[in-house]
Amino acid sequence: MKTRYTYGGDEHVYVEMDEEMSLDAFFKSLSMSEAVKAANIPGVREICPANASFQVRFDPDVTAPDDMMEQIKQLESQAEKAEKRLTTRIIEVPVYYQDPWTHETLMRFRERHQDPSGSDLDYAARINGYDNAEAFIEAHHSQPWFVSMVGFVSGLPFLYQLVERDKQLQVPKYLRPRTDTPKQTVGYGGCFSCIYSVRGAGGYQMFGITPMTIYDPRQETSYLKDFMVFFRPGDIVKWKPIDRAEYDRILKEVEAGTWAPRIAEVEFDLDAFNADMDGTNAKLMEALNDA
Amino acid sequence: MTLEIVKPGLATSVQDLGRPGYFHLGIPEGGAMDRYALRAANLLVGNPEDAACLEAVFMGPEIRIGADCILAVTGGEMPIKLDGEPQATWESFAAKAGQVLSFGFLTGGARIYIAVSGGVATEPDLGSRSTYPIGALGGVEGRPVQPGDVLPIGAPNGAKPGWSVPEELRRGPGSPAELRVLPGLYWDRLTEASQAAFFDDTWTVASEADRMGYRFKGGRAMEFVDREQPFGAGSDPSNIVDGCYSYGSIQVPGGTEPIVLHRDAVSGGGYFTLGAVISADMDLIGQLQPNMPVRFVKVDMSEALLARTERRQMLAQLRQSLAA
Repeated sequence: MKTRYTYGGDEHVYVEMDEEMSLDAFFKSLSMSEAVKAANIPGVREICPANASFQVRFDPDVTAPDDMMEQIKQLESQAEKAEKRLTTRIIEVPVYYQDPWTHETLMRFRERHQDPSGSDLDYAARINGYDNAEAFIEAHHSQPWFVSMVGFVSGLPFLYQLVERDKQLQVPKYLRPRTDTPKQTVGYGGCFSCIYSVRGAGGYQMFGITPMTIYDPRQETSYLKDFMVFFRPGDIVKWKPIDRAEYDRILKEVEAGTWAPRIAEVEFDLDAFNADMDGTNAKLMEALNDA
Repeated sequence: MTLEIVKPGLATSVQDLGRPGYFHLGIPEGGAMDRYALRAANLLVGNPEDAACLEAVFMGPEIRIGADCILAVTGGEMPIKLDGEPQATWESFAAKAGQVLSFGFLTGGARIYIAVSGGVATEPDLGSRSTYPIGALGGVEGRPVQPGDVLPIGAPNGAKPGWSVPEELRRGPGSPAELRVLPGLYWDRLTEASQAAFFDDTWTVASEADRMGYRFKGGRAMEFVDREQPFGAGSDPSNIVDGCYSYGSIQVPGGTEPIVLHRDAVSGGGYFTLGAVISADMDLIGQLQPNMPVRFVKVDMSEALLARTERRQMLAQLRQSLAA
């Protein structure tokens, strides 16, 4: 990993931990952005952590750009030494794979896809060496995911799977972005999964849909009373496959205000994970049993 | 006091100076595209500079006035009519209850700011009245105005008609417009020839130009320095591992048409960015129309900061001239 510092105009310092995605780069980015927050440098306006990078927006009239960059650089060694341990939460997110709504949408935009002959899941399964969509779906939900970034629009989480690099699923984005994606579509692009928080344009492959509201500007959803955005960087997600009947039931309960996701507090230790991935994941997922 | 929307124009929305603080969750700062024009409009009608106004793009709305008030319109050049009577831009004027404010065709710039004494008093979300339709925040139910909307207006504040912004304190984009750019971010992804071409070519504003971003076309396609694409980035040479986007940053998907992200920017994504338009020139973008010619001008950080100081001094002069 080689850290790179640069400016985004006169109001942003941009720090890239690594060109490529890895849990190490994500952890360092999260820990450095926390360190910048804790340092309370005058003039810092916003800190945005991303997958393998982060950005600081600042007022150059308060702290000059060179000073700002220097002060951020000084926090790097501290972040490197920080324990790669996180107290966070694991959330079970129900997913209705191969649902009719994303299917209707992907058929409508078929000419923008690499392989117009099948569905997005058929294509993703084939290029990742799985026999069929069902086997690919199994790989998608059997191991948990880290929320490595929240953004693009309105609380959309990007997720990175907690598996070895050679088991990472990878798919390209659509050749040309769609102008429509159903709200709460579970998507995939590069090595990241995502949940589209609102209906709109999108370029990720579409695998399914969740009945769980994750963005509610009116804050009427029972579990979004405190804040309108559900996800935070560092959250861990376990997808739970559901069928149409369960989808309909949960959707109705979300609207009635009687449903809430299963959530458990967990500790994640990167070194322990690297030493025993299956064991660490099993323990994370077990925590949900008591939730 | 209220304003009733009779005709909405193209995409007229309530805007103030935005809601900073939520970009890390994908909620952009938003607010007036041309912040200087919004501040000027507010000062002309005796409002705090950050009060909410109506921002209209390319085409003006038609508005029925609910009670006697003071109005001002700044930004782009568009003939103003009050019950058909012409009024001057960048100048405050009195309107009476029941009168109708309407507009002629745009003759310069792209966006006008309509300020009313007391300010638009719709319900704020996350500390701002700025309309952000993607996230359904601010404005009227999180959307641009529609016919029949009745906008609440704050208490009158003793503003007077006839206040005017001096000619030299009005700012438009010029032609070709010049946007100063600080190279950075993923600038080194481009070959030297493409780095030079970006600044040598004259670009034109494409039809995809809105509050999220402005697209430009007509320059040479860009070439990238060869590399094996990093894990997770995607296969196109313009792809990176999804990262944050800066306000004003310039992405070039596929290396063809640059897009400058503006107030309603997406907060991140997987395209390389070659640098950013400097903060001093962001307002100018809000006054660009499709098909206008644009040059990108390379600057370094000290020039960017000097330009920022000049903007601040101009704003100080504006405040002084309207303080009387």
